[in-house]
Amino acid sequence: MEKGKGVMSSRKWAVDFTDNSSTPSTRDIPDPPGFIRASVDQDDSSLTRQKKDAESNWKSQKAWEIAQAPFKNLMMMGFMMWMAGNTVHLFSIGITFSALWQPLSALQGVGKVFEPYKDSKVDLLAPKLLYIALNLGGMLLGVWKLNTLGLLPTHASDWVSSLSPAHEVEFSGGGAALH
Amino acid sequence: MAMAIKLSLLLLFFLASILPTFSIFQDQVGFMDWHQRYIGKVKDAVFHTQKAGRKRVVVSTEENVIASLDLRRGEIFWRHVLGANDVVDKIDIALGKYVITLSSEGSILRAWNLPDGQMVWESFLSGSKSSKALLVVPANLKVDLDSPVFVYSGASLHAISNIDGEYLWKKDFATEGSIDVHQLILPGGNDVVHAVGVTGSSQFDTYEIDVKNGGLLKHTSASLPGGVYGEILPISGDRFVALDASRSVLVLLTIQNGQVHLEQTHVSDLIHGSSVNTVILPSKLSGIFSLRTDDCIVFIKVTNEGKLNVMEKVDKMVVVSDALSLSEGEQAFALVQHGDSKIELSVRLVHDMSSNHLKETVKMDHERGFVHKIFINNYVRTDRSHGFRALIVMEDHSLLLLQQGEIVWTRDDGLASVIDVTTSELPVEKIGVSVAKVEHNLFEWLKGHMLKLKGTLMLATLDEIEAIQKIRLQSSEKSKMTRDHNGFRRLLILLTRAGKLYALHTGDGRIVWSTLLQSLRTTSQQQCSGLKLHQWQVPHHHALDNNPSVLVVGRCGLSLTSPTALSIVDAYTGKELPTMGPAQHSTVQVIPLPFRDSTEQQLHLLIDADKHAHLYPRTPEAARIFQREAENVYWYSVESEAGILRGYGVKSTHSSNVPDEYDFETRNLWSVVFPSESEKIIATVTRKPNEVVHTQAKVIADEDVMYKYISKNMVFVATVSPKASGPIGSATPDESVLVVYLVDTVTGRILHRMTHLGSQGPVHAVLSENWVVYHYFNLRAHRYEISVIEIYDQSRAENKDVFKLIVGKHNLTTPVSSYSRPEVTTKSQSYFFTHSVKVISVSSTAKGITSKHLLIGTIGDQVLALDKRFVDPRRSLNPTQAEKEEGLLPLTDTLPIIPQSYVTHAFKVEGLRGIETVPAKLESTSLVFAYGVDLFYTRIAPSRTYDSLTEDFNYALLLLTIVALVVAIFVTWVLSERKDLQEKWR
Repeated sequence: MEKGKGVMSSRKWAVDFTDNSSTPSTRDIPDPPGFIRASVDQDDSSLTRQKKDAESNWKSQKAWEIAQAPFKNLMMMGFMMWMAGNTVHLFSIGITFSALWQPLSALQGVGKVFEPYKDSKVDLLAPKLLYIALNLGGMLLGVWKLNTLGLLPTHASDWVSSLSPAHEVEFSGGGAALH
Repeated sequence: MAMAIKLSLLLLFFLASILPTFSIFQDQVGFMDWHQRYIGKVKDAVFHTQKAGRKRVVVSTEENVIASLDLRRGEIFWRHVLGANDVVDKIDIALGKYVITLSSEGSILRAWNLPDGQMVWESFLSGSKSSKALLVVPANLKVDLDSPVFVYSGASLHAISNIDGEYLWKKDFATEGSIDVHQLILPGGNDVVHAVGVTGSSQFDTYEIDVKNGGLLKHTSASLPGGVYGEILPISGDRFVALDASRSVLVLLTIQNGQVHLEQTHVSDLIHGSSVNTVILPSKLSGIFSLRTDDCIVFIKVTNEGKLNVMEKVDKMVVVSDALSLSEGEQAFALVQHGDSKIELSVRLVHDMSSNHLKETVKMDHERGFVHKIFINNYVRTDRSHGFRALIVMEDHSLLLLQQGEIVWTRDDGLASVIDVTTSELPVEKIGVSVAKVEHNLFEWLKGHMLKLKGTLMLATLDEIEAIQKIRLQSSEKSKMTRDHNGFRRLLILLTRAGKLYALHTGDGRIVWSTLLQSLRTTSQQQCSGLKLHQWQVPHHHALDNNPSVLVVGRCGLSLTSPTALSIVDAYTGKELPTMGPAQHSTVQVIPLPFRDSTEQQLHLLIDADKHAHLYPRTPEAARIFQREAENVYWYSVESEAGILRGYGVKSTHSSNVPDEYDFETRNLWSVVFPSESEKIIATVTRKPNEVVHTQAKVIADEDVMYKYISKNMVFVATVSPKASGPIGSATPDESVLVVYLVDTVTGRILHRMTHLGSQGPVHAVLSENWVVYHYFNLRAHRYEISVIEIYDQSRAENKDVFKLIVGKHNLTTPVSSYSRPEVTTKSQSYFFTHSVKVISVSSTAKGITSKHLLIGTIGDQVLALDKRFVDPRRSLNPTQAEKEEGLLPLTDTLPIIPQSYVTHAFKVEGLRGIETVPAKLESTSLVFAYGVDLFYTRIAPSRTYDSLTEDFNYALLLLTIVALVVAIFVTWVLSERKDLQEKWR
């Protein structure tokens, strides 16, 4: 409240002369004579196109940046995994599971991430593919880590370790004579 | 799923990788273990009543125990268990302060301090040949300030100083011809000792020997034309009585002026009637002797003129005590007569046989059987008359003290000679417990936990700590008579040498019931003894209304061909079931088959001496089941004497030789003959039939897998060269060779053979899963060794392709036959072990997942738990990282003995003979019962109790913590709300 007051006291009122509206029907007052709304628009058209081009350029650039963002993540994850070592304990398990979870959640929200850069002129497919590929790479890294930790059933021992002994056909008993 | 298993396995591994120590805290002793001390069947007793304050009796037993018992309560003051070969021959008390024992056929004489049982001195007596052992401790004889003890053993008479065990003199009778001395007599007043005996079974000799120097003073001899049966019994100073070789003529020998007069009387003249199997009873009563025939016992008085007068005839079951000198020089003795559920004790004075001095009738539990022995002792009552107390030994080896017509105390010493052990489940708890009981329990429960909480928070006073300890030890939970969830409460069923069956509760070790098996009772015609105890019926799914029962197999007679005694006993009540009578055939082996009939009775095969198989139970259903499976049933016999292993198959078809449809002929299929000049069988071991193995695969380092060769049809045989079959040191290292075999008992195939040069027995071994661990002596290293052999199935080793395993294309679950001759490989390793060993056993759990512990009964009568990982053949000097992760320990030459891993902790299981392990329902836990002269029970958890909270887990503390946390959450929530509100109002 105090802050708001300060702002209010420094600027009591203001008149905005610029008119951003484009449709005359929304206003009650007619345009002043000699003012042609369309001509202004047309005059600005080259400028706007330029502006729009810049914006789409910027958007695609941004999309590419976002698409590459998981790479940094990947590097960091790799470093963390290297730090965690190959034995199973709380830290390594946490890292591995976060390495698995992060790409998964990122892949789920792949549309949302690129939503702000959606533009008819911008081709988002390539960045999206890169983004997905990098995240998949992150996931692979996680799976690889899981494997190095020995938590994937990739060995014969994982499939037979609880296999009960085979049934024996014959039965034999006996021993020394009882005394 | 697989990952979950892996995770849990890894977690398990981490728990296990902390090197386990199983020590318990001092206040945990008695919490889940109990220890009972026994002495065995008393064979001799000497009373000590010199000091009125300490009334005790010194006894020697058939378990080679000498003990001092409290006469008031029957407790053991002190006890010594002599070695298995150190049989106690005689005991006596000298000078009122030493207990003198003669043992090992009269070659070891020891003196023990009477009050505390410490050994005072020990003397080894050497003799030229073995003979009877006799001991005479003179009451008040002084020779040069020394009071000697006279021992006849090894055909020599020794005089040994009472004070320090020094030799005074020795008189060798071997030089006097081959005399067999029967009695040593020390007449009062003279300085002579009389040795009375027989030379060459037809000459009567007496020697008078000077007590001072052992000089021969006088030698009298007379020929006995009829020979002698049994012993010569002294009647009075110069009179002896003997029975001639035909057992029909009594010979009265009188020595007068150096001449021996013989007088013969026919037994049939004295006893009008049958006089078969006559014996002279060894009770020494002055002027009287007693004679037992098949019908009766006769007391015969010898008059001064040398006439024999029959004084009384009593029933043959009467037991007569030795004479007891009363103060006025008169003698008394006791007779015990067995009536129906009561016994009659009568004390008589020797010179007044006509009337009973004292007659008492005592009620007696008929499960104790007949009276076997009686020892009497007198005390002076306040009115100066004589009172008597009698120590009686019953048929079931229990010891009782009778005084004033009542049983003062009882000791169940039959439990010192357990032959076989099995267990039984307890009844299931009935639903519908009364409300009052629950409330009481709840209150108690809360109170107990509050006390425990106080203890945990260190707020408890000393009294309260004591109360906590008491609650823990006497928790009613552990001694309930119902089945528990964890399977800790069970009945231990013990068969004793006396033919009595006991059921002990594992919770507190109390005797739930005991039965003297009627089918195993020794009669005068035959001597019966129990052999084996098996579970007969274990109702689990069907026949739940039936109680579980056990099968007792015994033998009536001494030879292998003697008839069998069979008995089935209800495990809940101890009643003998009438379903099985005595069997006509003999029994040399009992084989429990892995088949059950519809009432869950286990099928048993009894093999007789003629190699015929007899099927039990004798029902058509059992016969049908057996007929179906008979072609796959084999049995084998180990003939240690001949050095042969033989395998047999059962012929399912009947032939004319076998009359019964439950009897089957067998045919010899294979034999393994060990060369008798180089090998002698000293040990055979098989797997426990009820052992559960969880998996056939063993995961080793780098996720590799090895397939165990798991076969129940495998026997471990150890042989030594005949020269080395004696005790250690009897053979040189070059002469002694120990060879061990693993033999398949279906086909007789030798799976593995290994030679230990320069080693010898005794071999103690245990076979479990796919490994065998055995203990022997290495003569070259002068040390004991423990070796391990692990056997792996090579024919399955190819099953390593993950995809094939995933889709199930493998031969791992197909049934195996020994005839397919699977290829096997073995791994073995030897380690030094410090202790000599009495018995080795292994822990067993319900599913076989938990790692195993070897339970080693050491020579010190303790039970040591040794992790199986220590005896792993794959241990190497520098294990790789992966091997370390697997849990392999670096190789050491000696197995460590961690003092904390003695499961018996402070106790000794004296005379340890066996260790039995039973799985509890809780996978982590195994119940251990060790028996010898003592009994000991405990629970062990080889990988710790990973599947349950410990019993002393403080639930109250947990509850309190949760409540405190909830309260804290609530309080902080309220506080934070309040603060937020204040923020907003600012």
